[in-house]
Amino acid sequence: MSETRAFRQPPALKLLVWVFLAIWLVIAIFPFFWVGLMSVRAPVDALSADPLRVLAGPTTFEHYREVWVTHGFWRNFLNSIMVTAGVVTISLTVGTLAGYGLARSGSNLAFWLLIIALVFRALPHSVLVTGYLPPFLASRDLLLPLWEMPVVGSILKLFSANPPSLYGQPWAIILVLVAINQPFTIWMMRAFFQNIPSELDEAARVDGCTHLEAFVRVIMPVMWPGVITTGLFSFLLAYNDYLVTALLLDTQSQTMVPGISQFLNRDTKASDQIEAIAAAVSITAPLFVLVLVFQRQIVSGLTAGAVKG
Amino acid sequence: MKTRTFLAFVAPSLLMMLVFIATPLVSVFLQSFYEKRTVFQQVTVENCTPGFLTQTCTKETRSVPKLGPDGKPETVTSFVGLDVYRRLIEPTKIAAAFSPGGGGWADIAKIDFWKALRFTLTFTLITLPLVVGLGLAIALAVNSISKMWRGPVIFATLLPFIITPVIGALSIRWLFLGDGILTRLIEWAISRDVSMFAQGWTIEVMMIIYKVWHVVPFAFVVFYAALQTLDRDTLESAIVDGASRLERLRYVVLPHLQPLILFVALIHLMDSYRVFDEVVGFSSQAHVISLQYLTYSFLTPDETGNRAIARASASSMLTMVGIVILLTPLLLRTWRDQRSKR
Repeated sequence: MSETRAFRQPPALKLLVWVFLAIWLVIAIFPFFWVGLMSVRAPVDALSADPLRVLAGPTTFEHYREVWVTHGFWRNFLNSIMVTAGVVTISLTVGTLAGYGLARSGSNLAFWLLIIALVFRALPHSVLVTGYLPPFLASRDLLLPLWEMPVVGSILKLFSANPPSLYGQPWAIILVLVAINQPFTIWMMRAFFQNIPSELDEAARVDGCTHLEAFVRVIMPVMWPGVITTGLFSFLLAYNDYLVTALLLDTQSQTMVPGISQFLNRDTKASDQIEAIAAAVSITAPLFVLVLVFQRQIVSGLTAGAVKG
Repeated sequence: MKTRTFLAFVAPSLLMMLVFIATPLVSVFLQSFYEKRTVFQQVTVENCTPGFLTQTCTKETRSVPKLGPDGKPETVTSFVGLDVYRRLIEPTKIAAAFSPGGGGWADIAKIDFWKALRFTLTFTLITLPLVVGLGLAIALAVNSISKMWRGPVIFATLLPFIITPVIGALSIRWLFLGDGILTRLIEWAISRDVSMFAQGWTIEVMMIIYKVWHVVPFAFVVFYAALQTLDRDTLESAIVDGASRLERLRYVVLPHLQPLILFVALIHLMDSYRVFDEVVGFSSQAHVISLQYLTYSFLTPDETGNRAIARASASSMLTMVGIVILLTPLLLRTWRDQRSKR
């Protein structure tokens, strides 16, 4: 092909591109590599001024054992799994329905809903947490009237004798994170549904399906790529959150990311810092696997919102 | 789709956003005007010490917290108007700073709120062009290499993006901390001792570097995807017309990417204005704080277990006003785009 020759780069430019990319790749990967190395070295080597000792010092997994077994980091890990799984499940269920509705409705209402969701997306989370904290702390007193009501109260008492305190409850955090994540989820799911031709569900409707039936029978089988991608981003939000979980969960129910502060604030021994590093690597490892497996979906998700707007 | 069906589909999502986003917003707004104070009462105590012949007695009046029936200090919540905001913004100190003999900007930078605002805005506005520019450069570079290499390069590029922000910030900090490898590198380059955590500006630079490292992959992926949809015919006709590489970039590629540059800018403004995890990761609170961190610090219980809810609410409201102002031009644009698409 003669046209492609015109696209070919001159050698100097080609070299420049590769040098630039090589520098970027080193910058992108180096912190992972180095911090990972530090986590398996004894404190003397890891914190040594001589980089060679970090590179080639004896390998030890002692810090990981300390973190996971002695300091019970597995408890934080379980909490993280619970919160993340809850957020992903609920967020997708609720968001998929809304995204479908928004994609198929051209009404003014749908349009305004999207704009409001975009504004909500911009809200700093600290604003919302400020709103949650007082009712969460006082929830036992606030909910008491419900428990004392004649009929409703006796049903609620079946679940727990006293009204629950929302502070430190993982399920309350799950709801909070789902809500915070909703604006983003519905925009993204809407973008995916817009790509599914509406003739598909219209055909089902002609055959006598209601909207819900059309959704369940025709749309659900083809929506999974979008759901997986959106789910990944819900996962990242829930897993990575520090602000909300640090303020609304207590030590018992703390997830991994805020849980790392227990290693930071003790910085008294040299090994404490390496333990913090080992904990950090433990938090990052699952994410690493995630990119490895879902690279294509992450890329398509990042572009879905952008290209289809 | 009928309005009823539409409402049925969005109802769960709408309900969640109403309960967990709209309601807290209203309550934060209201909370910022009310303050919970401990009730003090005047107590006169007579202290007597044994003395010769008569006791020496002194009477003193003290104000002590009034204890409720449960033994805890009693509190009242009262409407204080804009008092809380005033204590946050400190208008009197601003006036003093700019009156003759005042310290000017340096004085204002000592007030927590202004300090946080200054850093948040600098951080947002410096990282924005860096992220867009670097993301664009990497996208163009990856787009020009052979297909075989693209997969691994994209994988490596995505890594900084998915890392937990606090952990990412911590990792960069560890590379600089003490005799960290990067500090050693700088010392070797300028052959003198440096301490990266002793002064505010070096910490700010590190935070900016970290943020750019963290967000560039996002900009890269968006731009890279858009480059795939670039019309090859237009490019070829530009070549036929004798456009140089730079001219093609300027007149064909950039106009094609322009809506996406706006999209990346919008998302990045929202996210970097939220700067918080960086402050935690770099433990920079002694030198540098952000608006979200300010609110966070009000919300964390102090030694007596009290949380400054009123001040947190006021600073939240101000934070929100800030992001709304910052985003208005971009939001209006999105609004027009969406409107014209229908």
